[in-house]
Amino acid sequence: MNILAELFGFFADPLRWSGASGIPTRVLEHLWYTALALTIATAIALPIGLLIGHTGRGAFFAINIGNAARSFPSLGVLVLLVLLAGLGITPVLVALVVLGVPPIIASTYAGVRGVDPATIDAARGMGMTERGIVFKVELPIALPLILSGLRSAALQIVATATIAAYVALGGLGRYVIDGLAVRDFAEMLAGAVLVALLAIAIDVVFAIFGRLVVSDGLAGRGPRNSRPATESTTDQEYV
Amino acid sequence: MDWDWLTSNRALITDLLTQHVYLALVPVALGLALALPIGFLTARFARLYPPMLAASAVLYSIPSIALFIVFPGILGTQILDPINIVVALTIYAGALLVRSVADGLRSVSDQVRQSATAVGYERWRRVLKIELPIALPFIFAGLRFVTVANISMVSVGALIGIGGLGQLFTDGFQRSFFTPIIVGMVLSVLLALCADIAIVTTQRFLTPWTRAGRTT
Repeated sequence: MNILAELFGFFADPLRWSGASGIPTRVLEHLWYTALALTIATAIALPIGLLIGHTGRGAFFAINIGNAARSFPSLGVLVLLVLLAGLGITPVLVALVVLGVPPIIASTYAGVRGVDPATIDAARGMGMTERGIVFKVELPIALPLILSGLRSAALQIVATATIAAYVALGGLGRYVIDGLAVRDFAEMLAGAVLVALLAIAIDVVFAIFGRLVVSDGLAGRGPRNSRPATESTTDQEYV
Repeated sequence: MDWDWLTSNRALITDLLTQHVYLALVPVALGLALALPIGFLTARFARLYPPMLAASAVLYSIPSIALFIVFPGILGTQILDPINIVVALTIYAGALLVRSVADGLRSVSDQVRQSATAVGYERWRRVLKIELPIALPFIFAGLRFVTVANISMVSVGALIGIGGLGQLFTDGFQRSFFTPIIVGMVLSVLLALCADIAIVTTQRFLTPWTRAGRTT
């Protein structure tokens, strides 16, 4: 297949690996947009998710706003904001944050709601403050679900960050847009492949991160001198 | 808002809306058609379930724009052929729905299955009349997610020239003209809303017992 040969040609060209439009620069730009948008989305969504999960109030409202936000086409949000506010990174970030917030709210809420009420009662009975319950009980127990929400937000953001190139910014979308402009299919394909590789890399990072931060007891990996998983979660507090 | 543009471009807008519906919903139908048998197999043979989950996650993490572009290379189609979008979105829809189908079928308890057998349901009739209906809430949850996701994802196709309502975004952007962008956004969101309502209504109609259980 000669398209594969052209694709290899693209990656084999040393000029592609240096300079302002080189692959390393584009990858870093792409990661920068993604990281920034994910951080902002998390800063907005995580407190909301924890709050509605803990109090049980406003859930219907938040989830529905979230679902509505999910139906907004990112490209439309982006071009509208660029026309209103001018070129720059802000419109891109807003479009990506809109994309990232709903899955984080939904999974945080679901995770906190899913905590066994008996566990929360026990925490309250031991004299923990509400704040303590949220951060020391609900958050750690909900962590696997929260991470899965963050992961899907990150994947959607990294995929969609491609559209930044459409409004004159960088990132891997540059190859897609520039390639299309000159009908250079190999360049478009290279951009697409790089975005896909980046997505898979992020997926792997989240999987590793999840193993590191989720309590062993919750993940079903009890400590060596094995005791039941439910007990080991409480032990973690004192380690 | 330029209302004259709206009236003079009615035909164009209708065409793009139709294309959008086609590009977003045909893949959902095809994805479901693929997901039902595969989901059934993964639910039946427990050993297939973990690899299916992994495959579904990997497929879903590939960015849509990447698939839109990769397919012409694999299928030998033109880059501007809408079939690329249909194939790409079918893969997404299928990847996600396989999970919903398998999870739904796996949620059927053994007691229910044995009771059905005991009152005389033979295998395939039991699957169709008992297990599938019990799995429906899972399948519908997946359908709702996939449909809304597809409707907003189609627009991204406008970057490579075929994106239904997404073309109104690129068109408006090139001419610094707000009206098409707003029209495209409103129609796209309305389309997602209508599709969601249609799915929820179908679900209520097909699974009346889920509501009956709640009131008692």
